[in-house]
Amino acid sequence: MFESRIASPFAGESDAIASLGPIGRAVLRCREADIGSISDKLGIALPRAACRSESNGPSSALWLGPDEWLLLHADLQDDWVSRLAAHLEGELCSLVDVSHRQVALAVQGARAAEILASGCALDLSPRAFPVGMCTRTMFARAEVVLWRTGSMSFHLDVWRSFARYVEALLREAESEN
Amino acid sequence: MTTGHFRTPSGGRIDRSRPLRFSFDGRSYSGFEGDTVASALLANGVHLVGRSFKYHRPRGIMGAGPDEPNALIGVRRDQGRYTPNLLATQTELYDGLDAVSQNRHPSLEKDRMAVNDRFSRFIPAGFYYKTFMWPRKAWDRLFEPRIRAAAGLGIAPSESDPDSYAQRYAHCDVLVIGAGPAGLTAAMEAAKSGAQIILCDDRAAMGGSLLAANQVTIDGAPAARWLAGMLDSLAGMANVTLLPRTSAFGYYPHNWIGLAQKLTDHLADAAPGQPRERLWQVRAKQVVIAAGAIERPLVFPDNDRPGIMLADAARTYLQQYGVEVGRKVVIVAAHDNGYRTAHELKDAGIDIAAIADIRGDSPVAARARQAGLRVLTNAAIDGTTGKLRVASITLTSGGKRETFACDAVLMAGGFTPSVHLFSQSRGKLMWNEDLQAYLPDQSAEAERSAGACRGHFALDEALADGAEAGRSAAEAAGYPFRPAIIPLACAVAHPVGGGGHIGAAPTSDPSRPKAFVDWQNDVTAADILLAAREGFLSIEHVKRYTTTGMATDQGKLSNINALGIVAEATGRTIPEVGLTTFRAPYTPISFGTLAGRARRDLLDPARITAINDWAIEQGAVFEDVGNWKRAHFFPKNGEDLHASVARECLAVRESVGIFDASTLGKIEIVGPDAAEFMNRFYVNAWTKLGVGKCRYGVLLREDGFVLDDGVVGRLAPDRFHVTTTTSGAARVLGMMEDYLQTEWSDLDVWLTSTTEQWSVIAVQGPKAREVIEPLVQGLDLSPDAFPHMSIADARICGVPMRLMRVSFTGELGFEVNVPSGYGAMVWQAIWERGQAHDMVAYGTETMHVLRAEKGFIIIGQETDGTVTPDDAGLAWAIGKAKPDFVGKRSLARPAMTDPDRKQLVGLLTRDPRIVLEEGAQIVAPAAEDRSIGHVTSAYHSSVLGKSIALAMVRAGRARLGERLEVPMPGGSIAVDVVAPVFFDPKGDRVNV
Repeated sequence: MFESRIASPFAGESDAIASLGPIGRAVLRCREADIGSISDKLGIALPRAACRSESNGPSSALWLGPDEWLLLHADLQDDWVSRLAAHLEGELCSLVDVSHRQVALAVQGARAAEILASGCALDLSPRAFPVGMCTRTMFARAEVVLWRTGSMSFHLDVWRSFARYVEALLREAESEN
Repeated sequence: MTTGHFRTPSGGRIDRSRPLRFSFDGRSYSGFEGDTVASALLANGVHLVGRSFKYHRPRGIMGAGPDEPNALIGVRRDQGRYTPNLLATQTELYDGLDAVSQNRHPSLEKDRMAVNDRFSRFIPAGFYYKTFMWPRKAWDRLFEPRIRAAAGLGIAPSESDPDSYAQRYAHCDVLVIGAGPAGLTAAMEAAKSGAQIILCDDRAAMGGSLLAANQVTIDGAPAARWLAGMLDSLAGMANVTLLPRTSAFGYYPHNWIGLAQKLTDHLADAAPGQPRERLWQVRAKQVVIAAGAIERPLVFPDNDRPGIMLADAARTYLQQYGVEVGRKVVIVAAHDNGYRTAHELKDAGIDIAAIADIRGDSPVAARARQAGLRVLTNAAIDGTTGKLRVASITLTSGGKRETFACDAVLMAGGFTPSVHLFSQSRGKLMWNEDLQAYLPDQSAEAERSAGACRGHFALDEALADGAEAGRSAAEAAGYPFRPAIIPLACAVAHPVGGGGHIGAAPTSDPSRPKAFVDWQNDVTAADILLAAREGFLSIEHVKRYTTTGMATDQGKLSNINALGIVAEATGRTIPEVGLTTFRAPYTPISFGTLAGRARRDLLDPARITAINDWAIEQGAVFEDVGNWKRAHFFPKNGEDLHASVARECLAVRESVGIFDASTLGKIEIVGPDAAEFMNRFYVNAWTKLGVGKCRYGVLLREDGFVLDDGVVGRLAPDRFHVTTTTSGAARVLGMMEDYLQTEWSDLDVWLTSTTEQWSVIAVQGPKAREVIEPLVQGLDLSPDAFPHMSIADARICGVPMRLMRVSFTGELGFEVNVPSGYGAMVWQAIWERGQAHDMVAYGTETMHVLRAEKGFIIIGQETDGTVTPDDAGLAWAIGKAKPDFVGKRSLARPAMTDPDRKQLVGLLTRDPRIVLEEGAQIVAPAAEDRSIGHVTSAYHSSVLGKSIALAMVRAGRARLGERLEVPMPGGSIAVDVVAPVFFDPKGDRVNV
């Protein structure tokens, strides 16, 4: 009856800057003492080191703060978060579905770090920002979560309302020789 | 077309196989690839390039680099691409370049304002302060407009800039600023360690003084070949980034350096769309400043005629550009560089009429005489002649006065180390008595200076100093210690030598007033002496009074001479006089570079909801709410705001409307202590709020004043869905986190922003239920099952939904929350269903009117940071039995319960057609000179057929029924004070 496809706010698509499509997202918050048992129930070890990620198949956990993780699932299903919540029954934590709060771009290729450096003040060299590192930071005037998924590929999560602003700036940087 | 008569037959680093045409003030000239505008003009014998700022005296090219005070030109590419105030000495020539001179009317040769020069004794330093004091009224009408017209250099472009500008952040281990001898060896030594290096230089070609070092060998090779090899090696290293045409303009805290890179200005045809300039914001672990040194002019009478220039500039024009600055040259020297220049120019066949050294005899003087040069020692410089070009100079030596005919006078006053960036970094300078220069002393940042900018002027010293600086910078950046490089063997035909003079040069005729210290701001030695006589002792005061050093060149040539003059006049040493502050930018940079991509649509993020595109298609007029773009109203058939809002309001009251409320802030509060947290944070009591129910919450600051409000729904015993105002979303979440982390870390509760998880589709009006009911699955919407102020998770159109039955309009209403990726789809489905009920889409203006008819406040409109809950009529919301909440204690202060506080009331104008002005003051008829309140909201209500207003009025609730007045420029408007609910006061319409 209804076309329940998830709308993307992005305007363009290129090899270097591409939409990552619908992704499951949840914010998990808990106390340090409970990290171990929650990790067991999630089937993914919540990273304790700052700005580090762990992945298990399609699922990843990104450290955003000492009590805050962004859980990602490569294939979004509407009930993914409620199924996760069922696993965590009885645990002292907060799990909130934010699958639609953000949208994601892949920034990839030999110029990936350079394109990001047009608006991100962080050192994105591999030694300072190795594969697997993630952080909540600013791209120009928008808050983003930046996650290095490969030597030349980044996952950039941005709040939906800022998506076109961030994409437009990235495309301008992409067009520079 | 004029050809280059002053070009040497061979030599220089120009490409003689690539001639370029260009124009200056409409006349055509030719130059070569590798020229600057300055070198190409000089090659054509053109020295006269500008008129001075104040006296409009003819001025020529003085320098060859960023220190140039006179040769400011405008370059025009097309209507939108006109750049004023470019330094001709740094503007690379391209084919077809179109340049104009500045500050002259109508032409350089004939300038009307040159009359200022003849009346100069009436306009000394500080003449503004003395002259335009009286009559007072003349300032606005006469003096100020005239001065404003005469002030400023260059003409700002009138069209919007069509170019784009890029920005990039960069990080490196060692940033080397300046690619002269010291910078090159610093970069190479640091790079060998494996460190990441950025080497920048403001010129097109790297090499600095080596570009003009034609009588030098390094390690047995000519300097040019050594330089080429060095640059090749650096370019081949993966850890080295070379940035030519890049000026390090500012040094900011924690080794944060601003670099401005010119990308296309040197090209005749830049690829379309490519950025013109790029701002680099570099964070460097270590910085090596190798900024070199700037030659000082000598201060003597009439030292500003075209053809009088710096000696090293003349040498550079000869060696780097193959240009003779004159045929017959006199060199006035206080430094051995005058002799080096004389030898090199003489070797090129230029007639050196004399070297006038203000110092005594010396070995360099003897050597010059041996080479056949005429040298005057202990010379005094008495003046020059020549209208648009210097024609002669008069010198006194050994009691004999002599006038030399010449077409160029070269000044060698000594070198001033470029300590601008070091000083910007807050490093401490120290006066060096031997070198007569301020040198970098204590660093404040992780930086070091190398080469001429810290007094190592000789080539071999600069090369070695750079190498050591690079080596130690890499080590400090964490790379293993490596031994210092073996010093390079340099063979220099004529060393730069030493010496120098500070202040006014000796002259046998001190009555001649026009001995310029600051060429760009037209400040003479006499002006500075006048300032000293008038009691200005601090160099900062002298600077502001005389404006010396305050031009766009920031006194690169003038500051030290001004210091010397003040020191001598006041009987103090130079360190006692001090030094003025160096400020960014080192040389002017464009606004475009600083703005970067932040222009037009990208000036600031435009936040858009998932429904934004639909609203644009429907022809909505938008307004900015913070960064959000919100539909303000939806005009039909050319309606204006009022007609559109009247129609939208009536449709909602009579049938149904749809409104995008997605921008409302949303926070999900989860944890066993969620209700306790809410109790402490909001004024309301939350413990007894049932699951599936909503409550209107009010939040105060610690001072007891209303900060924010919004509806809160309880999803589970341990889970609340909190809404905030659109603009308050980030502030409220931040304040909540602050309290949790600092005051209430004992609570087991967490906060997550869900503002953008949900698209919020408000469906409001008597037909609201009929519209959405068929689309909803898994929820009974009947009034008994889902009454006003309910919340539930269910599905709509096959996707998840969080439904709230709430109303900001006073009508039956639902707020359909759906995951925002589904927002547009669900909106469209509701919209299509609504067509059978004449549904309207309404914007923020209608939302404002509808809520005002109901007396609902808007944070920031009725409240202004001084309004308590009771003032706003919200005392009912306070959980009186609660032991505490944020702001509770403040509410108990006597002033907060004063019955004379401003309280929320409604106002009705006696004439229902008059809509009051928001912000208008309110008075009582008996006391019209005392404001007792102000209008906070005022609209025409189409459903009521009259104007309504909300207002904050002193003791307002005790004044119901009183007549008050709103005084306006056209007369007072009579109003009646009424209760603030104008429509459906019993609230029956929400409960259907």
